[in-house]
Amino acid sequence: MARYVGSPVKRLEDPRLITGDARYLDDIKLPGMAHVAVLRSAYAHARIRGIDTSQAAAAPGVIGVFTGKDFEDLNPLPCAWQAGGVENHVNTPRVLEIDRVTFTGAGIAAVVAETPYQAADALALIEVDYEPLPVVVHGPDAIKPGAPQIHENAPNNICMSWQCGDEEGTDAALGAADVVVEQDLDNQRLIPTPMEPRGAIADYSAGTEEFTVWLTSQAPHVGRLLMTAFVFGIPETKMRVIAPQIGGGFGTKIFLYHEYILVAALARKLGRPVKWMEGRSENYVATTHGRDHHTHLKVGADRDGHIKALKVSTVANLGGMLSTIAPGIPTTLYGRMLSGVYKIPHIHCHVTGVYTNTGMVDAYRGAGRPEATYVVERAVDLVANALGMDPAEVRRRNFIQPDDFPYEPTDNLLNGLAYDSGDYEVALDKALAVADYAGLRQMQARARDEGRYIGIGLSSYVEICGVAPSRWIGVLGEGWGAGLWESANVRVHLTGQVVATTGSQSHGQGHETSMAQVVADELGVPIESVIVQHSDTLGTPFGYGTYGSRSAAVGTVAMYKSLQRIKDKAKRLGAHMLEADVADVVYEDGKVYVKGSPDKAKTIVEIAGAAALGYDLPQDMEPYLDDTAYYDPPNCTFPFGTHICVVELDADTGGVKLLRYVAV
Amino acid sequence: MNIRLTVNGSSVSRDVEPRTLLVDFLRDHLGLTGTNVGCDTSQCGACTVHLNGLAVKSCTVLAVQAEGASITTIEGLASNGQLHPMQQAFWDHHGLQCGFCTPGMIMSAVHFLEHNPNPTEAEVRHGLEGNLCRCTGYENIVKAVMAVAGGD
Repeated sequence: MARYVGSPVKRLEDPRLITGDARYLDDIKLPGMAHVAVLRSAYAHARIRGIDTSQAAAAPGVIGVFTGKDFEDLNPLPCAWQAGGVENHVNTPRVLEIDRVTFTGAGIAAVVAETPYQAADALALIEVDYEPLPVVVHGPDAIKPGAPQIHENAPNNICMSWQCGDEEGTDAALGAADVVVEQDLDNQRLIPTPMEPRGAIADYSAGTEEFTVWLTSQAPHVGRLLMTAFVFGIPETKMRVIAPQIGGGFGTKIFLYHEYILVAALARKLGRPVKWMEGRSENYVATTHGRDHHTHLKVGADRDGHIKALKVSTVANLGGMLSTIAPGIPTTLYGRMLSGVYKIPHIHCHVTGVYTNTGMVDAYRGAGRPEATYVVERAVDLVANALGMDPAEVRRRNFIQPDDFPYEPTDNLLNGLAYDSGDYEVALDKALAVADYAGLRQMQARARDEGRYIGIGLSSYVEICGVAPSRWIGVLGEGWGAGLWESANVRVHLTGQVVATTGSQSHGQGHETSMAQVVADELGVPIESVIVQHSDTLGTPFGYGTYGSRSAAVGTVAMYKSLQRIKDKAKRLGAHMLEADVADVVYEDGKVYVKGSPDKAKTIVEIAGAAALGYDLPQDMEPYLDDTAYYDPPNCTFPFGTHICVVELDADTGGVKLLRYVAV
Repeated sequence: MNIRLTVNGSSVSRDVEPRTLLVDFLRDHLGLTGTNVGCDTSQCGACTVHLNGLAVKSCTVLAVQAEGASITTIEGLASNGQLHPMQQAFWDHHGLQCGFCTPGMIMSAVHFLEHNPNPTEAEVRHGLEGNLCRCTGYENIVKAVMAVAGGD
């Protein structure tokens, strides 16, 4: 019986957060710790002719001033997810840029000082001799003839040109459609803005040649892997990465950033721990942005509103350089979801990833999928408008039906995966009912008579979540450079206390509670006996981290697998303790007993104690209740819903007022 | 220069540079790291503390301006091991996720109710406008504040 899952458990992590006792990265102080400030480029595009650090170096409290030349021995940062199956012209940041900058967030020098104030003071004394170069900031402008060229290896500023679906079939279907509508769409750039900016602290032991690095990271194991194997070229085992309490991420904290390498390299150079903490202004230019798509869509339908074809061409602005997984977002996570919740017979999508002199763009909240939903939902509305039909009705006529699942979108769009399940009309109907859609349309008509403008927006969506089956994301050419399984370890200590660790990471999601609910229910122990630990490469199994709604769907399943094996072992040991056959015992409510004799039971605490002591174990049984599991899902998950938004537009001022929002 | 003030009921005296921000004084000089810095430009409210009973954004107050003042931070809110009702309400109503805005949010909410003990929901939203949260969407924060106002 589930006692905790599904019941309103108060979060176990909250007491430290509501009292100010939580230790975020900037709260950590190490003995002898120095502070780093990073000089950002004053220009979006410039050649660096020279950097004079002499005044800064002489400023009070300054320990050292460094430029890109000091770190020439370290590799540029890796791009770990390139667009699959096509050539990617990769340009990634270095620890500090050496002779050229391509966006204002680029780091070009660093000051290390005794205090953050002294580091900031000295930063202002660095003289940079820039040769400003022409800039381009708008994606579609970057690929026009005559545009400023940003990287030598990327002619016309094109990083990659990628497509999915069937162009010929789509063109033919558009040619045969009763109605065809075309539209340009902008999905504007945004700044993700977690409340806690980014930061890093590094400590280096010359004796062991080992780094300890604290990162504001959603994926500490991946951060370690990328830093050691790809940038430093040292064994992974020479670095421990800890993601302490993290104040939100929204995607931005998945990635490896140049400052993280910088602090580690400085700690090694200087022989003392160093900290870098991002300010908010820095966060706006140096931390990744989201979206920034410019799309041309063409949608064809018959007279009854059945969509026959969708053709999409998108320019994805990736910024001045590539962040860690930038090319994967507007390709795999965007183009492959352009069927939305609809049965569309022909789809083609072409994506041009371009460099501009703007901040780096990478995964942000939903990452690619909201952009796809926007395109598909606008296409449906355009069809409705062209045919004079109700947008809700056009959605209804095109939905994938419940008995179509598993549903594989047309033209191998999802590259071998299929939507597992869904009932899209139910969500639409419920949203329409809750919002009183008919009433809203009447209100809209009345308002129009009065000269007021009310807009009613619908969005029926499906996401691809719980990323992802490794054999799909890896082997079939999606360009992802790794697996995407997740890990867990469960140990029941001698005292009966349960320690569960996960390779994923919590930065506000509440894993310490949600995973503890599962552990407590499965083992039949009080939730107070369970502690969930995460975010330290020392003591947790390798895992890919938290993004793409994967921690519960993938990570908790790994934990569930461990728990089943822990229970199996507890049953075998419990049967041994009861002098019974294992086939005759059950594990229920934290106890092992012979079926029908619950009064003569061995509790999990007693069994864990016996397993830990090891005095009397069945033949060939190893001591301790301890299990590590890895879960690689067979498919992604495909959550869906419908949202309705009602706004009033002030035709004189352009002001938009939100009147109603319904989400199902 | 030397400043003397009361922080969470205790007298403190320290030498500080005149430009030291109150938040840095609290965090770095006194080790009270519960007060977070979110934007360093008084936009986000994460650094809100009480100064002589007023909610202030401590990233834009100089420590020397607090000379002789009485400061309460998130660490000073609970008493005798008992959570302040606002802290309890944030816990009970799931008014936080990543928790980074929470100390400032709680300090603002406490101050708000001291001046408006029986607010409407709209007044709560208006009263907390200077505190940003990126996780919760504010719904549960407002519920928590209303619960304290209603004496739950």
